[in-house]
Amino acid sequence: MGQTIAEKIVSRHAGRQVMANEIAIVAVDGAMATDATAPLAITAFREMGGVRLWDPSRVVLVIDHAAPAPNEQVGNLHTLMRAFGREMGCVLYDVGEGICHQLMVEYGHVRPGQLILGADSHTPTYGALGAFAMGVGSTDLAAAWLTGQTWLKTPASIKIVLSGQLRPGVSAKDIILFLVKQLGTDGARYQAIEFTGTAIRELSLASRMTLANMTAEMGALTAFVDLQGLELPYQFDVVQPDPDAVYSTVYSFQVDDLRPQVAIPPAPSNVVPVDEVAGTPIQMAFIGSCTNSRLEDLHAAAAVLRGRKLAPGVRLIIAPASKQVMMMALRDGTMAALLEAGASFITAGCGPCVGTHQGIPGDDENVITSTNRNFRGRMGNPRANIYLAAPAVVAASALRGVITDPADVL
Amino acid sequence: MTVFRGIAHVYGDNIDTDRIIPGKYTKTLDVQTLAAHALEDLDPAFASRVRLGDILVAGHYFGAGSSREQAALAIKAAGISVVIARSFAGIFYRNAINIGLPLVEAPDHAILNGHQVWVDLGQGLVIDETAGCIYRATKMPPVMVAILRAGGLVNYLRQYGSYEAADRV
Ligand code: SF4
Repeated sequence: MGQTIAEKIVSRHAGRQVMANEIAIVAVDGAMATDATAPLAITAFREMGGVRLWDPSRVVLVIDHAAPAPNEQVGNLHTLMRAFGREMGCVLYDVGEGICHQLMVEYGHVRPGQLILGADSHTPTYGALGAFAMGVGSTDLAAAWLTGQTWLKTPASIKIVLSGQLRPGVSAKDIILFLVKQLGTDGARYQAIEFTGTAIRELSLASRMTLANMTAEMGALTAFVDLQGLELPYQFDVVQPDPDAVYSTVYSFQVDDLRPQVAIPPAPSNVVPVDEVAGTPIQMAFIGSCTNSRLEDLHAAAAVLRGRKLAPGVRLIIAPASKQVMMMALRDGTMAALLEAGASFITAGCGPCVGTHQGIPGDDENVITSTNRNFRGRMGNPRANIYLAAPAVVAASALRGVITDPADVL
Repeated sequence: MTVFRGIAHVYGDNIDTDRIIPGKYTKTLDVQTLAAHALEDLDPAFASRVRLGDILVAGHYFGAGSSREQAALAIKAAGISVVIARSFAGIFYRNAINIGLPLVEAPDHAILNGHQVWVDLGQGLVIDETAGCIYRATKMPPVMVAILRAGGLVNYLRQYGSYEAADRV
């Protein structure tokens, strides 16, 4: 019987033929943890009797969730991670290097066909490179550090065929917001998603990461974006699904007429076309997160804001995905254009996405953000309202002070 | 270890990890801090009302969102003995079992707040004693049963050393 991409990669890592819903023990190719999850993993690893990592070169620690440390308690957790990293000889990216998922891709810790564990729910982002990447908690990750293995129930797969071509000013974020609405927050629960179709071919690696990233908001275990049209600086094997592979559902969408989308609080699936919420006043805007803070996202914002000024009473905070992204934006003038328009740049990292620091909204404020979750309290204040959108929509809204379709200002 | 009896605290569908434990409280290794803020944005009185051994009951898709294991730890440290839901988010489900917090997926339960509930994990049964209703639980994969029986993944690996060794037992 034919296999899906997920079934093929799990089979390779289990050393036997495995199909959907079968439990398998698999070898992992990499394990990532952040300052939100590594401290608990370190504790669990020691309690398991762990002395050495199974392969230090495949263990990556990233200090990004609360970086630089906002208080002494977090400072001490960072110290604990650094000490562990030195003792174990593993890879550690310190304050300011960037967001974990961006660094995993940027520094080549993920390759097509690999099986990667990340102690973070947006780990499926690496599906942009055709890897089977799943989010786990700290104890599961510690077990992988110890054994080089994990167990999983092989997921069933959903296929999403995207055809057509996006209009100018419409992006991968708009596609994925639209899909989260269509499938619902648990519409892909414990499944793998395969994205394919002509609309994918045009997408950059950054856009493909945006697409794979928010499959977490549909409950997916992992995701794969068709590798066609993708150029990588190394040779790679493409894992193709068999023509007779079995899918739980196949969806087909035409993207030609898609308009910019906005998720209204408090769920990422409460999605409407931008014109239905246009005019809603906003006080804070944020461009950041593993979903949308790469160079093309900063370019999209600069295209709206260059030579203009933010609306009075609006603050725009930008946290680039990584130091490398920040350097590129610095060199090509994007950063200057955004600063001149009135934006503030903060350290490359998660920033206010998870509500720990660097831009917590006040009571009753409306925030428009390029991040992935608008749950109540997500950005640190349960009395603030969070709207999710693409960077172009965030920039246009910051320019006008109300939620705005970028087509109206470009 | 596989039978529990307690008072039900019932909540609705789609309770995400930010509502179980807001991100701002997760940067700690102290479980009592987590317990003090458990379900804070959903029900500010939860932490003070819950008694050791009580049962947390929810609707569909409990634990959606983040991979933070602190969500399961907060519930356990607050004194909850077992969580019953119509369905769970995948990462939360694994995390809870890994830290030794028992979960029961009972897709058609209609347990009411304050009722006395009885759970038999081995038999896969959930009983609302006050209402006199019996519900069937979904079967848990054998590897999870083994991890739960060991008291969590730490003890499981301390005992067996690897997944494969445990598989052969
Ligand atoms: S940017 Fe936000 S969603 Fe992404 S890893 Fe950081 S906290 Fe999580």
